Amino acid sequence: MQKLLTWVDERFPLIKVWDEHLAKYYAPKNFNFWYYFGSLALLVLVMQIVTGIFLTMHYKPDTQLAFASVEYIMRDVDWGWLIRYMHSTGSSMFFIVVYLHMLRAMLYGSYRGPRELLWLIGMVIFVALMAEAFMGYLLPWGNMSYWGAQVIISLFDAIPGIGPVLAEWIRGDFVVSDATLNRFFAFHVIAIPLVLVILVFVHLVALHKVGSNNPDGIEIKKKKGADGIPLDGIPFHPYYTVKDIVGVTVFLMVFAAIMFFAPELGGWFLEHDNFVPANILQTPPEIVPLWYFTPYYSILRANVWNFLWVDAKIWGVLFMALSLVVFFLLPWLDRSPVKSIRYRGWMYKTALAIFIVAFLILGWLGTQPAAGLNLIVAQICTLLYFAFFALMPIYTKYDKTKPEPERVS
Amino acid sequence: MKKILIAMLMAVAPAAFASGGAKLDPVMIDLGDQASLQNGARIFVNYCLSCHSASYMRYNRMGHDLGISDELVKENLLFAADKVGDLMKAVMPKEDARDWFGTAPPDLSVTARSRGADWIYTYMRSFYREDKSPSGWNNTVFPHVAMPHVLYEWQGHQRAVLRTEKETHRVEEDGKSVEKTVERQVFDRFELENPGSMSPQDYDKAMRDLTNFMVYLGEPARLQRFTVGIYVLIFLAVFLVVAYLLKKEYWKDVH
Repeated sequence: MQKLLTWVDERFPLIKVWDEHLAKYYAPKNFNFWYYFGSLALLVLVMQIVTGIFLTMHYKPDTQLAFASVEYIMRDVDWGWLIRYMHSTGSSMFFIVVYLHMLRAMLYGSYRGPRELLWLIGMVIFVALMAEAFMGYLLPWGNMSYWGAQVIISLFDAIPGIGPVLAEWIRGDFVVSDATLNRFFAFHVIAIPLVLVILVFVHLVALHKVGSNNPDGIEIKKKKGADGIPLDGIPFHPYYTVKDIVGVTVFLMVFAAIMFFAPELGGWFLEHDNFVPANILQTPPEIVPLWYFTPYYSILRANVWNFLWVDAKIWGVLFMALSLVVFFLLPWLDRSPVKSIRYRGWMYKTALAIFIVAFLILGWLGTQPAAGLNLIVAQICTLLYFAFFALMPIYTKYDKTKPEPERVS
Repeated sequence: MKKILIAMLMAVAPAAFASGGAKLDPVMIDLGDQASLQNGARIFVNYCLSCHSASYMRYNRMGHDLGISDELVKENLLFAADKVGDLMKAVMPKEDARDWFGTAPPDLSVTARSRGADWIYTYMRSFYREDKSPSGWNNTVFPHVAMPHVLYEWQGHQRAVLRTEKETHRVEEDGKSVEKTVERQVFDRFELENPGSMSPQDYDKAMRDLTNFMVYLGEPARLQRFTVGIYVLIFLAVFLVVAYLLKKEYWKDVH
């Protein structure tokens, strides 16, 4: 065994990689609940890829066969129902985990220097994940798959000049059709997963270069022992590997509870209207995206006014795009002298609380018809959403902060 | 702060899935009741499959799940197919159905998943006579449905009894706000004109069996997944204890 290891190590930096990223990667010892979601996101990514491979063996990307092939997987493929539910539950759980992972960064200022690039890579992963989920949702070829794709692709129609041509180019047809299904399949099963895996790798390389942040938001590398090891650092392996196994088990219990006992989760994880095959002549009463897109869907629909010679619909698209762009700017909008919420003042705490509430309300309203009171509330929440980012340079600067400790607590 | 955040996350609990239209009667679904499933299968194959298909489902899979042997399936349930391994196609060709009803009857494999069990149960009990409609029938759950009441011999003829409801609206008139009352005819209840071969209780029970079967038909894995789920959760619970003790052991020197 030792001889084999030496043989490999002379030809590949196995021990070096193992040490750098696991056995001698020093992570702060004070990680809490919020620090499980990074490794959980990696776990779900692997699960989605593995279940996806098995689904691809039986799925048929053809408008005449797609819906039936999904039911074939549910009925005739051995354990097909389990593979399919793992994949459908996994997609929603992926977003839950990633949203909590992002919230963690906002709680403890993990996006701040020197981790700006780490944050930017993470945001690109998030956008790629949205594309992956959107394209995957077309594949079952249910009626909501069809109309959801139709509505979202038609957003490109709003772009002046090239819009209609662009939308047609994306669809490969004048409406969502077999050509669209085939290219979405190609993107969903190979193009975007490949991008995701590479970006996740880059995300980890960047993380291990700058080191992990922690709930105190202070740099453990500033206080090193005589051996050059941070005093508050512990090797990722075995400490955090064994700790993450506990987190993974709890996560899998939640996952299994949903998957086995309520895979539709009352229409939140699998929509009822998607058990009707796609029908170009029959629009569902209400076109609702899955829950993880609904906050952005609300922002898209919130603006109803034409102004500055631009159509209301185009503003909606711009606002939706902007709602993602602002996240990228976070490292430069935050002017606080401290990183962690533990040492921030009431202003940031209030702003973040309002932002979370606005985000959740927008998510709820995205599942409801946008009219009357709903629309007004969505407009207010959209305003609060953007105010959180736009006013951040001001309130983080004037916020009264507490002094950071020397060592992690 | 942490507690507030967690509380807020918990607050996004899933809400009930709203469905518009007529009020639906709740139905008791019990996939452990094999007699009910078998009766539902018998009704489904004898009546529904004449026009509708359930073309994602195979006869022998159904037989296997419901405790009906291949021989019994072959003798009693194979009207539209030759082999027990065939998919459950409709007896009537789609083109004929379109000619006669104006629309092709939809496939019923996953109807219980798209419409819900209560919908099917209520729909099958809500047909009433209406001479003006092409089929002579109408339905409160699915107004102007093309489908006639196939099981009228069992249920008999129902008549819809309407009641007059007064609605008061505030409207602007000549710059003043005035109250206006409008009278509207709304559905009140059904009245059995001609009793069928079944009593209303027996008919309801038969429709419950049919609905029960259609819930099974929508997702045969339902018979399996609860059991598998319990084993998986038990395994994970035991594993959690082991994982936690391992973590505790490793972490005892970290202060």
